[in-house]
Amino acid sequence: MKRFGDFVAVDGIDVEVRSGEAFGFLGPNGAGKSSTMRMVGCISPPSGGELRILGMDPVADGPAIRARLGVCPQLDNLDPELTVRENLTVYARYFGIARRAARERADELLDFVQLSERADSKVEPLSGGMKRRLTIARALVNDPEIVLLDEPTTGLDPQARHLVWERLFRLKQQGVTLVLTTHYMDEAEQLCDRLVVMDGGRIVAEGSPRALIERHSTREVVELRFAAESQEPFADKLDGLGERVEVLPDRVLLYVPDGDAAVAEVSALGLNPANVLVRRSGLEDVFLHLTGRTLVD
Amino acid sequence: MVAGTVGRGVVVVSVAATTRGRFPWVPAYAVFEHYLVGLRRTWRAGVFSSFLLPVLTVLGFGLGVGAYIDQGVDGVRYLDWLVPGLIASTALQVTVGDSTWPVFSNFQWVKTYFAQSASPLRVGDILAGHLAFVLFRVLTTIAAFLLVTGLFGALPSPWAVATLPVVALLGLAVAAPTFAYTASVSSDSWLAMLFRFAVIPMTLFAGVFFPVESLPDALRWLAYVTPLWHAVDLCRAATLGVAPQWSIVGHLLYLAAWAVAGWLLALRAFRRKLVV
Repeated sequence: MKRFGDFVAVDGIDVEVRSGEAFGFLGPNGAGKSSTMRMVGCISPPSGGELRILGMDPVADGPAIRARLGVCPQLDNLDPELTVRENLTVYARYFGIARRAARERADELLDFVQLSERADSKVEPLSGGMKRRLTIARALVNDPEIVLLDEPTTGLDPQARHLVWERLFRLKQQGVTLVLTTHYMDEAEQLCDRLVVMDGGRIVAEGSPRALIERHSTREVVELRFAAESQEPFADKLDGLGERVEVLPDRVLLYVPDGDAAVAEVSALGLNPANVLVRRSGLEDVFLHLTGRTLVD
Repeated sequence: MVAGTVGRGVVVVSVAATTRGRFPWVPAYAVFEHYLVGLRRTWRAGVFSSFLLPVLTVLGFGLGVGAYIDQGVDGVRYLDWLVPGLIASTALQVTVGDSTWPVFSNFQWVKTYFAQSASPLRVGDILAGHLAFVLFRVLTTIAAFLLVTGLFGALPSPWAVATLPVVALLGLAVAAPTFAYTASVSSDSWLAMLFRFAVIPMTLFAGVFFPVESLPDALRWLAYVTPLWHAVDLCRAATLGVAPQWSIVGHLLYLAAWAVAGWLLALRAFRRKLVV
């Protein structure tokens, strides 16, 4: 639990992350994801409840736990006055790593995040994706058992995101425990073995991506777009079709077990949508269903 | 050392104990080292100004202004009398400069402190390492100052080397509370205020350019309150090879009190920002 004055940022969450798994915290902005990550990173003491990391108490054993964690913060805080390599070697020294070992480790990691050619360049001119990869490399200097990633690909272009995902997936294969926050559903589906959806400081759902889709959504979704100002009147006629009908300003969503069968029923009702799309249900449907479509800033 | 290779990337989970993270032996030293590596890139400009400043000072103030002061101060040539004051005030300038914008940036812009606090370092290590670097900057600047003014023959006594520990103590006495101040302000315009309302008045009235005895009583006591005056008196005693106006122990204890109080305030201010 985390309280800031009267504001409760994290209001009683109960999770257990197993060694070697990739665990995700999903949620809209302000859901309490970052506050949770800061508590796990042992830089923010919980206001209540029990928290154990690697079997230790984050308040009493902060430095010992942090020695075994890797942290990739939401905003890059690399040192722009140092070179790419120096950013790693200097940081390695914080973990008691000898100078020579730090240099070897830095070269190893620069190769891993594909920045070897930029090793002696300054940080400033690097692209956003390169800076992010360097931050991830820095989080790995101490050979951590757990890596915390706060929105690892926010703000990156698609190529950069895929490269980061591929590297993180490789880490996971090597048995490193990954704990990440994200509001990208594709990221969660790609990387997470298990995840929780947070909203307003609480957990609203928990499970593997597949289990969550099965529990909180249907197998398929039919998107119907009617050529009219308002979709409302059509939605009323569709009431009762499938498990759930959702009306958006520009289309109607039908949550159904069988999309094609539902489309047949729609035409049987005498409705003629301008556009029909049948797709598989995804985490995004679960997410929006659980946390609502209202914009949170 | 390394477990093997997969495709292009080297396997990053290494089995070697050498890169396993642990708590460093002297954690504050690792922080100090970070700033030294940064200095490698910027030292040239710094060295130039650390030598230029004393040269200009000796020429402008000592010889230019000094030519008008025939009888000197207390029977001492004005240049010789002025140099120890400038040693202390230069130390003050460097200290405040290095304890304001760089500290503010580490919280607000570059966020170095936050990166450091995610590592095993404790808040005290982060603070101590940065303070050590400020002291390093003060000591190297003053060493250059001593070298130049010594060559100009403005350091009559070999006790002049004792100014180094004095400016180190002054640096700590000023840097620690300035770190606390910088960590507590919300905008960098407060930093310029510190120069306008603390550094400049202190430099003008704490016995650097003229004896505090020339000041009216009330102002004189204000000069005694500033840490700068105590360092000026000690530095002047050292370079001239005479006894200071106050007791040496009294001066040292007063400066140490500023350093200790400043350290406690800075630690509290840093904790407020870094552990939330």
